Amino acid sequence: MLIEQLINGITLGSIYAIVALGFTLVFGVLGIINMAHGEIFMFGAFIGVVVTATFKGPLWLAFLAAILVTAAMGYMLERFALRPLRSKQGVSHLAPLISTIGVSILLENLSHHLFGPGNHPFRASFAEISFQIGSITVYLVQIVIFIISVLLMYALSFWLGKTKAGKALRATAENLETASLLGVDVKRTITMTVIIASAMGGIAGILVGMAFNSVTPQMGLSIGLKGLAIIILGGMGNVKGAMAGGLILGLAETFVVVYGNSGYKDAIAFVAIIVILLIRPQGLFGQKISA
Amino acid sequence: MLKVSGISAFYGRIQVLKNIGLEVAEGSIVTILGANGAGKTTTMKTISGLLKPQQGSIEFQGEEVKGLRPDQLLRKGIALVPEGRQILSGMTVLENLEMGAYHRKDNEIDRDIKAIMGRFPILEERQKQLGGTLSGGQQQMLAIARAILSKPKLLLLDEPSMGLAPLVVADIFKIIKEINEAGTTVLLVEQNARQALRISDYGYVLETGKIVAEGSAHELLNDPRIMEAYLGRKSS
Ligand SMILES: Nc1ncnc2c1ncn2[C@@H]1O[C@H](COP(=O)(O)OP(=O)(O)OP(=O)(O)O)[C@@H](O)[C@H]1O
Ligand SMILES: [Mg+2]
Repeated sequence: MLIEQLINGITLGSIYAIVALGFTLVFGVLGIINMAHGEIFMFGAFIGVVVTATFKGPLWLAFLAAILVTAAMGYMLERFALRPLRSKQGVSHLAPLISTIGVSILLENLSHHLFGPGNHPFRASFAEISFQIGSITVYLVQIVIFIISVLLMYALSFWLGKTKAGKALRATAENLETASLLGVDVKRTITMTVIIASAMGGIAGILVGMAFNSVTPQMGLSIGLKGLAIIILGGMGNVKGAMAGGLILGLAETFVVVYGNSGYKDAIAFVAIIVILLIRPQGLFGQKISA
Repeated sequence: MLKVSGISAFYGRIQVLKNIGLEVAEGSIVTILGANGAGKTTTMKTISGLLKPQQGSIEFQGEEVKGLRPDQLLRKGIALVPEGRQILSGMTVLENLEMGAYHRKDNEIDRDIKAIMGRFPILEERQKQLGGTLSGGQQQMLAIARAILSKPKLLLLDEPSMGLAPLVVADIFKIIKEINEAGTTVLLVEQNARQALRISDYGYVLETGKIVAEGSAHELLNDPRIMEAYLGRKSS
């Protein structure tokens, strides 16, 4: 029982971590909270539903399609909602935030229109495969989610820490002017960052669809707010903090449902924000993007 | 090598540079002197592409380069060590050096980093440490080393001696001289006028956004007017 709940918590937590990583990358480089990230995530989930349930396509195709669509959405977000505000003088520093809120509303309405309201199930057969290890039941979906999450986090850490493009991103996150003096094309780096963050959101969307077998146009808002809570918890712009914060939140939510009252599940994230802001405003890990 | 003419630059509506003109000959060291707020940093920002001038032209090796971004200018051979060094404090010393060679595509980068570390042993010793944990003088060494790794033709240095102990300052000027002797042209901004002019070929004096005097380093060092205004003491 305890181990099963632990597995549930880790599964949920690793999805949260990936959502939070998307927030953290954009915050690190642009210094803004991307309020459209949750809706891009929701679109990723819907692409998963369309590919697997509507067209009966394979799962890998769902991932591919979701990555492509959400990456394109990230590009458009940067190109049309963020960049025009950056090049102008005298624009309020809140403008990009408000712009992303506008995009989030647009995307939510668009998904109502395209996919219809209510609950959309994922292809069910896959979700029901499970194993028995001793007295513990483990679902295949959970293992897949966990493996994908770990691979994604590992790949991101490797990319940020060891590759030239990743180092350029970290330099840009630390100081735009310095990065550009060192030869980094910061405009391209910013665009690439928003694209990568969005595609990670899309992947997380499919994972949530698989885990809960339910996708709705409203899911973006709640996951978006949780992502926000996690990066406050882990330290704004901090990659390790986002991973750890995601896991902590996933585990905490799971155990509250088991040992407490499921009505409080969604409150955890926000109680955590309040406590963290009071005790350690820089977050558990502080610090900007590092490897 | 560098020819700046008729440059005017603004911050918002405030005009900070008024019709600046200066030249840097290939192989030389040129110094810009001036009091606080004269516009020295603004001049360096304009030449390196961080700031777009309203008027005038910037020619580098016979080519108009006004309006290019800093990363494009770096590829043409202009590198700036900015005021306050601007070390990437969350990246290690080694990563800072690697970022210096970011735009290079040749395969001698590792060799050059080793060579630089040989020249600055403290950087080798501290290579795994975060840039932000170095002392001011060490950070300046790192900033200069990082700029050298980009293999610039023209190196711009904005007050490299700022806030450093006299012994370290002397070291920095020695290094600048070495870099120049190895073939890099240098444009230097300094408050430490006497020491700067001693290693320079030519100098300009900037006052509230205008060039008010220029001459060979020797002339400036022996001009009593300039000595008093910018060097504090009478020339010895
Ligand atoms: N970002 C900015 N916005 C508005 N005004 C600025 C800005 N940066 C500099 N200035 C103004 O422009 C003028 C020139 O500044 P600049 O930094 O070029 O001087 P400086 O000669 O480098 O001085 P210092 O020796 O103190 O470094 C100053 O009056 C300064 O107040
Ligand atoms: Mg200055």
